[in-house]
Amino acid sequence: MKVRHFLARERLQSLLDRLVEAGYEVIGPRVRDHAILFEPLTTVAQLPVGIIDDQAPGHYRLERTDSGRVFDWATGPQAIKPLTFAPRETLWRSERQPDGRLVFREQPPEAQPTAVIGVRACDLAALAVHDRHFLHDAHPDPLYRERRQNLFLVAVNCMRSAATCFCTATGDGPRAQHGFDLALSELDDGFVVEAHTQEGQAILDTLETTLASHDQLEQVEAGVERATRQQKRGLPDASLPEMLQAAVDHPHWQSLNDRCLTCGNCTAVCPTCFCQTHVDELSLDGQTASHGRQWGSCFDPDHSYIHGTVIRAERPQRYRQWLTHKFGTWVEQYGRSGCVGCGRCIAWCPVGIDVTEELAALAVAPDDALSKAPGDAPPKAPDGEDPP
Amino acid sequence: MTTGTRRPRIAVHKFSSCDGCQLAFLNLGEPLLALAEAVDILHFAEAGPVDEEAEVDIAFVEGSVATSQDAARLHGIRQRSRYLVTIGACATAGGIQALRNLHDADEWVSGVYAQPEHIDLLADSTPIAESVKVDLELWGCPVSGEQVLGATKSLLAGHLPRVDHSAVCMECKRQQAVCVMVAKGQPCMGPVTSTGCGAICPRWQRDCYACYGPAVQANVSALASHLADTGMPADEVARRLLFINGHAEPFQSEGLDWQARVITRQGREEEQG
Amino acid sequence: MTSPLVPHEAEVVGRRDETPDMFSLQLRFTDPEVQAAYRFTMGQFNMLCLPGMGEVPISIVSDPDERAMIDHTIRKVGSVTRNLGRLEVGDRLGLRGPYGRGWPTEEAEGTDLVIVTGGLGCAPSVSLIEYVLHRRGRYGRMHIIQGVKHSNDLIWRDRYAAWRRHPDVEVYLTADTGDTFWPWHTGPVTQFFERIDFDSARCSVFICGPEGMMRAVIKAMREREVPEERIWLSMERNMHCAIGSCGRCQLGPKFVCRDGPVFTCRELAPYLSHRGV
Repeated sequence: MKVRHFLARERLQSLLDRLVEAGYEVIGPRVRDHAILFEPLTTVAQLPVGIIDDQAPGHYRLERTDSGRVFDWATGPQAIKPLTFAPRETLWRSERQPDGRLVFREQPPEAQPTAVIGVRACDLAALAVHDRHFLHDAHPDPLYRERRQNLFLVAVNCMRSAATCFCTATGDGPRAQHGFDLALSELDDGFVVEAHTQEGQAILDTLETTLASHDQLEQVEAGVERATRQQKRGLPDASLPEMLQAAVDHPHWQSLNDRCLTCGNCTAVCPTCFCQTHVDELSLDGQTASHGRQWGSCFDPDHSYIHGTVIRAERPQRYRQWLTHKFGTWVEQYGRSGCVGCGRCIAWCPVGIDVTEELAALAVAPDDALSKAPGDAPPKAPDGEDPP
Repeated sequence: MTTGTRRPRIAVHKFSSCDGCQLAFLNLGEPLLALAEAVDILHFAEAGPVDEEAEVDIAFVEGSVATSQDAARLHGIRQRSRYLVTIGACATAGGIQALRNLHDADEWVSGVYAQPEHIDLLADSTPIAESVKVDLELWGCPVSGEQVLGATKSLLAGHLPRVDHSAVCMECKRQQAVCVMVAKGQPCMGPVTSTGCGAICPRWQRDCYACYGPAVQANVSALASHLADTGMPADEVARRLLFINGHAEPFQSEGLDWQARVITRQGREEEQG
Repeated sequence: MTSPLVPHEAEVVGRRDETPDMFSLQLRFTDPEVQAAYRFTMGQFNMLCLPGMGEVPISIVSDPDERAMIDHTIRKVGSVTRNLGRLEVGDRLGLRGPYGRGWPTEEAEGTDLVIVTGGLGCAPSVSLIEYVLHRRGRYGRMHIIQGVKHSNDLIWRDRYAAWRRHPDVEVYLTADTGDTFWPWHTGPVTQFFERIDFDSARCSVFICGPEGMMRAVIKAMREREVPEERIWLSMERNMHCAIGSCGRCQLGPKFVCRDGPVFTCRELAPYLSHRGV
């Protein structure tokens, strides 16, 4: 069992200072534009003191409380995805020489050591999923890898859940389990700290701490227990890959046509969504060009466009793709579901579509066996040719 | 673009508009100077050169068809241009002045002008593409200078650029803007509006008002119902849709639908009242 | 670490118009070391890149034993492919690959082959047929079944004529709509399956074309009791990265670029039966 220490609240600044001295740029939670965002942090005074989040489907509001705690909010609109999977970046540039030759130059990976304070269990689980996606054996992604290797992660165990949280259902929280350097559990007068890596231990060793008392550890347990109890949302009690495969023709999908805006917000706030669009840019004289990628979304019809045809042409088909991938086919791809229970897709859906409710509806077998699947075509021509 | 040895030529034409799209072009600054080095800008009244009859490789057209002379002038421009690119909401969707298409424009004119007989006005303000073939449409009120520049580069290289018409929301998220709809309850049109603006409004904490036109397969009816369900009166829902791009589908049909609900309700109230 | 997404420079060493909207390019990496190290198998693809315009996935149609150059047959369907069509010998472009899993040419050795192609996307199967003919002794009987929408769509008529002169090769051509001088069949490709002579227990069925046709062929092959793992399909999906990262080509749990583009029917059966998956 790891030795757990206690860092008094007034010494929290020393953690920032030591990280800065160790060469890290420190990123932490700050209030900006009515939300909690991970932004550069220079002093603990910038942390969201007493701020909690009121979340519901399509709803996110910050509230001020009398508490002196700085990590009582549950989640912001983004996990740490933007720090590793850049929303937009250049992959290579090319130059046409006067003799017509083309020279391609890779965009060199550049990342500075970055310490992130306040990472939640769900965010860490999502990061582990992205590691599996971006760092797979055949073609590891150099840009992702460089940023990933430069991260120092200070996790925070959740003592409070938002109404949209359901990490207990996915098994990813509220306690941080793996993939961090230091973990903090916030009490009124300070933080129980534990190190999980040598780098974390090295920082911890420089802090003025005491051994955590039995009482303090019990308070941590009680806090995590409280956060667990606060979660009311759950997932159907079934194997979701099988359930979703069986539900491919479920009439419920069609109801999404009247609700889902296909705006892609759920995919952009999801900490595990990884889809990309590649984009090309040309200089005015046509001699130099750059090729980059940006966050894409399976809700964009262009995502499945192939010479003249959009494969998932109808809105419910795109919602089905997202949900079926996230909770179903993801398991075959990465050995686990793509959902870490952070609830962001519920809160940040402009019209408040709730994945847990959609899954519950899909888990109920349709009564009407004649119901049509989304966009299922009229009877096919005798040879089964796709209609033009 | 096959232009032989001569430099490519471009023109920027104006129809019924506020000149804001020409200004967006001008505001590009240095890239515009670089463009002027690479091409001959033969007609661009807001910037100086005037030669409306010039034959060009790319004609950018600002403004809508709104007066009796517009159609003929437009056909001439089409004939003298290899590519015709509309820039902005007026040229691409009829613009704010297309609001009159839904009303009695003559009545408005007599209400505003002392001598309305001197006003030459077609009944409808229409997008350029309703009169001539358009090769590329760039939306926005005003258009984005960067988008115009990007399109120019592609056309000079001989291919039509791919214009991203996914929702503003995706760009908001890429820019790390906080959703004003979810975090502040603002009636943002971003989920049904095409990207291209760089999510300017939400980045400045205000709701999108759809000046880049409908996103591809925008679910306008779902958003409108949501706005109404969360407390927006039907006439305001209609006005959100029948605005700068009110002539563009599906904004127009959906907007008229919500307008009809107001009229129906008013009618019922009058009957009852 | 070198990014797998950066193309190498390649040179056009040959080009040929196949039809008004199809053409073939012979390419060679300009770096001799890259060219020497380049190996591919039938059915794999490359990403062809015109800087500033984009990249497109294109099947490799040359013989894997041909080491001096790499052939692609391309249909002009979009901006990039149209501009690729304007390239001339000596022009440079970007090339990276090969990607994906191709046809199981070794696994199919010793079996009867049934190659079914629908529509215009026949370049991958044409190269497969040529591959087999150059190694004729390794394979059993070969049935070539080609369906087109309209008889005018059939390209490479001379090749079909040449193939049918080989021993143990049968060629069946059919069009949904044939003009007056169309000497072959009309109707679906499945009309031939009852009469063609192959060993259901020892055969390899290769299908390439529209997914609707694939579904119909699979159904017919099941009726002939061909095992699902002996039926292979070459799939097409939107691809930006070709290395299983961008997520656009997903078909159920499969990344078509990485796990395919050639799959067994068994792998895809749960996902092929529904539209918009």
